[in-house]
Amino acid sequence: MTATAHEETVHGAGHKHPTDANYMLIALILAIITAGEVSLYYIDVGTAMIPTLLVMMVLKFGIVVSYFMHLKFDSLLFRRLFVSGLVLAVAVYLAVMTSMQLFGDDTTSIHQTGKTSASVTQ
Amino acid sequence: MTATEEELVHAPTAHAEGHHTSTGLSNAKLGMWAFLGSDCLLFGGLISTFLLMRAKPVLHGVPVAKIYDIPFTSISSFVLLMSSMTMVLALSAIQKGDHRRARTWILTTALLGAVFVSGQVYEFTTFYKKGFGYSTNLQSSAFYTLTGFHGVHVTIGILMLLTLYVMSLRGHLPTERSETVEIIGLYWHFVDIVWILIFTVVYLIH
Repeated sequence: MTATAHEETVHGAGHKHPTDANYMLIALILAIITAGEVSLYYIDVGTAMIPTLLVMMVLKFGIVVSYFMHLKFDSLLFRRLFVSGLVLAVAVYLAVMTSMQLFGDDTTSIHQTGKTSASVTQ
Repeated sequence: MTATEEELVHAPTAHAEGHHTSTGLSNAKLGMWAFLGSDCLLFGGLISTFLLMRAKPVLHGVPVAKIYDIPFTSISSFVLLMSSMTMVLALSAIQKGDHRRARTWILTTALLGAVFVSGQVYEFTTFYKKGFGYSTNLQSSAFYTLTGFHGVHVTIGILMLLTLYVMSLRGHLPTERSETVEIIGLYWHFVDIVWILIFTVVYLIH
């Protein structure tokens, strides 16, 4: 690792932190996005609803982590540590949910499954 | 050891912001980030369990989506979001040496957190009265475990904020120790981002 790369890993990009006014502006943006999310709940936008809500959620998450938690300005090491946990969690639980057929179209109810098992036993 | 060797050995710490550690970073802050990274796994597990249980047919009681009070939960979410702003303003104030303002923002953050937790207690009570108890069905167990764990995190955060407030009042929180506020702030913001996920995935998407 070069000296510059090492310096950036330890201290981050070294940008100036936002001012108090910036923080208030960021909070306003977050509030507007939240209002948009709640509005979407009541407005029927069909199949676009879930992807739009997820995009808004990721946007809010990113803003809080980058600006309020200063991850955008802080050491790369912190970013790597947090992102590793986050990526691991998303990957592991997406795998779990996929294996449990959460995203599948198996609508067989527990009762029906029970009956099928019983009839197979008989 | 020659001067050159000494420079090489201490190179990482030499340019550290006052942290004499092998990484040149604060160990306490590094520890908090490691904890937050691992806490992602805890909440990931709880959220995915809820999603799996919600997909199952409800055999007893009512499905949780039918008893949500979205306007109420939206206000709670807004309160928690604003508490993140007050937290970062507290850090900014203490870094500038404005201790009085820092105390005001710390106390405001704790109060907003208390409003959120009170809202959660009210929500749980209302749900229980509507026949949605902890052991009513799989959904209810997963719902209360997930939101309850989050509530416990917020409560711990409030206790830490009140401790900070008392420390500051007694003069045990000088500007040089502003990192303590930053570390507790990281925990507080994490609690907020977890709620951002819960609010969308659990409440709004159905």
